[in-house]
Amino acid sequence: MSNAHAAHDGHHDDHEHHGPPPGLMRWIKTTNHKDLGTLYLWFSFTMFMIGGMMALVIRAELFQPGLQLVDPGFFNQMTTMHALVMIFGGVMPGFVGLANWMIPMMIGASDLALPRINNWGFWLLPFAFLLLLSTLLVPGGGPAAGWTMYPPLVLQSADALPMLIFAVHLMGISSITGAINIVVTILNMRTPGMTLLKMPLFVWTWLITAYLLIAVMPVLAGAVTMLLTDSFFGTTFFNAAGGGDPVMFQHIFWFFGHPEVYIMILPAFGIVSMIVPTFARKHLFGYDSMVYAVASIAFLSFIVWAHHMFTVGMPVAGELFFMFATMLIAVPTGVKVFNWVATMWKGSMTFETPMLFAIAFIFLFTIGGFSGLMLAIVPADFQYHDTYFVVAHFHYVLVPGAVFSIMAGVYYWLPKWTGHMYNERVGQLHFWLTTIFVNVTFFPQHFSGLAGMPRRIPDYAVQFTEFNMISSVGAFGFGFSQLILLYVVVSCIRGGKPATSRVWEGARGLEWTVASPAPYHTFETPPDLPDEEITSAQEAHV
Amino acid sequence: MSLINSLRVFFALAATGLAGTAQAALHFNMPVGVTEISREVYHLHMLIFWICVVIGIVVFGVMIWSLVYHRKSRGHKAAQFHESTTVEIAWTVVPFVILIGMAIPAAGTLIKMEDTSDSDITIKATGYQWLWEYEYLEDGVQFYSRMDNASNEARQLNSGINPADVENYLRDVDNRVIVPVDKKVRLLLTSNDVIHAWWVPELGGKKDAIPGYINEIWFRVDEVGVYRGQCAELCGRGHAYMPIVVEAVPQAKYDAWVKEQGGGEKDAEQVADAGDAAQAGDETATDATSDDAVDSSSDQEGDSEEASAEDGDSDSKDASNEDSESSEAADTKELNKADLMAKGKEVYNTNCAACHQADGSGLEAAGFPAMKGSKVATGPVDEHIKQTLNGQNAMPPFKGTLNDEQLAAVITYERNAFGNETGDLVQPAQVKQLR
Repeated sequence: MSNAHAAHDGHHDDHEHHGPPPGLMRWIKTTNHKDLGTLYLWFSFTMFMIGGMMALVIRAELFQPGLQLVDPGFFNQMTTMHALVMIFGGVMPGFVGLANWMIPMMIGASDLALPRINNWGFWLLPFAFLLLLSTLLVPGGGPAAGWTMYPPLVLQSADALPMLIFAVHLMGISSITGAINIVVTILNMRTPGMTLLKMPLFVWTWLITAYLLIAVMPVLAGAVTMLLTDSFFGTTFFNAAGGGDPVMFQHIFWFFGHPEVYIMILPAFGIVSMIVPTFARKHLFGYDSMVYAVASIAFLSFIVWAHHMFTVGMPVAGELFFMFATMLIAVPTGVKVFNWVATMWKGSMTFETPMLFAIAFIFLFTIGGFSGLMLAIVPADFQYHDTYFVVAHFHYVLVPGAVFSIMAGVYYWLPKWTGHMYNERVGQLHFWLTTIFVNVTFFPQHFSGLAGMPRRIPDYAVQFTEFNMISSVGAFGFGFSQLILLYVVVSCIRGGKPATSRVWEGARGLEWTVASPAPYHTFETPPDLPDEEITSAQEAHV
Repeated sequence: MSLINSLRVFFALAATGLAGTAQAALHFNMPVGVTEISREVYHLHMLIFWICVVIGIVVFGVMIWSLVYHRKSRGHKAAQFHESTTVEIAWTVVPFVILIGMAIPAAGTLIKMEDTSDSDITIKATGYQWLWEYEYLEDGVQFYSRMDNASNEARQLNSGINPADVENYLRDVDNRVIVPVDKKVRLLLTSNDVIHAWWVPELGGKKDAIPGYINEIWFRVDEVGVYRGQCAELCGRGHAYMPIVVEAVPQAKYDAWVKEQGGGEKDAEQVADAGDAAQAGDETATDATSDDAVDSSSDQEGDSEEASAEDGDSDSKDASNEDSESSEAADTKELNKADLMAKGKEVYNTNCAACHQADGSGLEAAGFPAMKGSKVATGPVDEHIKQTLNGQNAMPPFKGTLNDEQLAAVITYERNAFGNETGDLVQPAQVKQLR
């Protein structure tokens, strides 16, 4: 630990007290965790906008039955690309951006342990997505077999297939480098006195998330590589006629895919666990159980994958196992929700924008959890599977879940990043529009799914019209509301009421002991850890 | 519909939702269905739903109480407590017990759903991009089931036809699956190309149709009626356009229908093609029951299909193709141009227009070449026939789904429509030769 600090101190000696170098090269060559955090967050926002536009193409076509705007093949390209862009370009880089900015400051480290790897990890992403998005321009168009890339359908993709696979490889390398960096940083660079059970929960959730990433991204890489060889080198991994098995792909994919789902929600749990205590002016309730719950969820994520594919025809024993294991996840997830509620209970709450988003997260994520529990029940899942009920479920956990937590985190830490308070009134306007429209968009999808509308269709039977219209209106409202977020962030960068270093009355943690905006280099020597900055309430035992 | 209208719909919905009346034309919930299983699934669904509602009321109730009363603006001072092992144990154990309460009935229903033994009739359904083929293994009926023409015309991009004016838009087919009521119908599912899924909500569940696999699902319909569903697994650009319609009829009517379909004697060519589709080597763990059942049902017909479904080796493909050549009845019927063109247009619009477009203009951007002036459609006839039979790249082979006459007609049509004036007439015999 001390060696790492010594190395960093030496490295930064020559430009101590200096700001970043000016110009474009700053952003290309930077190894500073704050710069890279900023890059990740802008990249994520850009991808949210691109993926959002694809979603609006989908919702515009689905506004009424009949085909009015796009060809069904292009529609499938939109659903596929929307998912890939949002998952790998929006949500994951968003969380990595927050981790880059905040983890070193939360644990009293000067930077991430591997700054150059950090730079490389980020700069792979624009190329990966350039490659992915350019498939829309090649003959045959983009991938159209769904983000799950099931063979044999995906093997019918034209020129897009190898580009998709290579893009996935690049994203995987980027994720793994980021994850290794975070693990090494957290395990080696905590300030003296910060034991594991004194770490802020955001750090804990990211530590576990990083391990999940290291465990499953190579599995995805393996799966897509087998697609590549099936398509171009005559192997038959997934072709029954050659002794392979198309269902095997689904098992491999979801062995990656289910932990991936938690990769997109565990950091969200971390963010909410930071924000709720701040605005309730109370310690997080049940810190230890929160950590154990996250660890249990991560463990369970490896033994539930087949619940994504109950209809492929598994043995009954297999279906029962995956049903029971999946239902078990409700226990630690429930513990987390109960702990958040207990944290609010008898608090002294105020409702600034980050808190509003965190509360909406708890409400709406719980609704997504309920539909998740319903989906775990295999006989009922035979009805829900591949319908809009599933679409509603995973959008409830990903949009008011993961995405809301990113927005909450951005509002929460924005004053620390920029040195200015954002415009609270406009922030709250953004919150209310977003929350109302997200429900208008996704709630009716539960109904259309239960009534029998399959997902991934460009046109539908007329009995689903009303719910689809409502959903489309909501989607456009939701999409355009996000321009308010852009306005808030840009105007906050440009100016506003100066932020104090504490920013929020109830905030605790080392990140709030440095000035706002945070200096370019923070904690070049490990700081002391005063009791009142420990978020875990461990000092009560000392 | 304008934005105002949709908003009106939205408020109307909100109002009906509040009033708690969820009937009318809008379906908010899963259909109860017409089988014992579908009803059990529905009740399971409602049980879990109400458990979630109760938990939701408790959790959200506490939260809302706290949000209202424990706020700084009301002068509430923060308490200092931050952990309690007792409470943590309680809210770990209580949910666990609730989960056990859900798991028991769920497991019971699941085991019933997967028990396909003692079926009365067995139907094999094969998914193709984008239609279904059905074979009644005992009764020797075989047919293809495609979306009906009315829906097909209305579904085209900017067709100008209002889907609301089409009866059962996207949910109607040319040939329905006819089943007797009160009989246990076992459905064997497989696919000829990519993964599809067979789903009729009112029969209670869905299952994937996977190339190289035989999956099983069963239902016993207890009400005469027509039940509609569609493919539920993304299977390409025509995914939305492969509906499933099951009609349950009294046994006597079913028997008459089988007779009318020429049950008992099957068209050997089509059986062989179907066998080709189902080269199932690699069954799921349910294969033991499926094998037994298939064996017992194989006495009447479909031995060639049986063999290829069970052997699963790649030889079966060649073998069945030879079968089809040798056993095909000589069909030397000559058709005139008008007949070929008329029939060809129909076949084209059903099978080809999705990609090549009804006016033959194709969709270059998506990689679907134009028919108009195409090298294939105006070049050597044999090449054109071969490509249609065997497919190329994204184009599926049609030798399994279209018969010689249909192929002859559609190729003639393609060579003489859209301004392609080759004057060629293709006869069924010519197609047969190149199979």
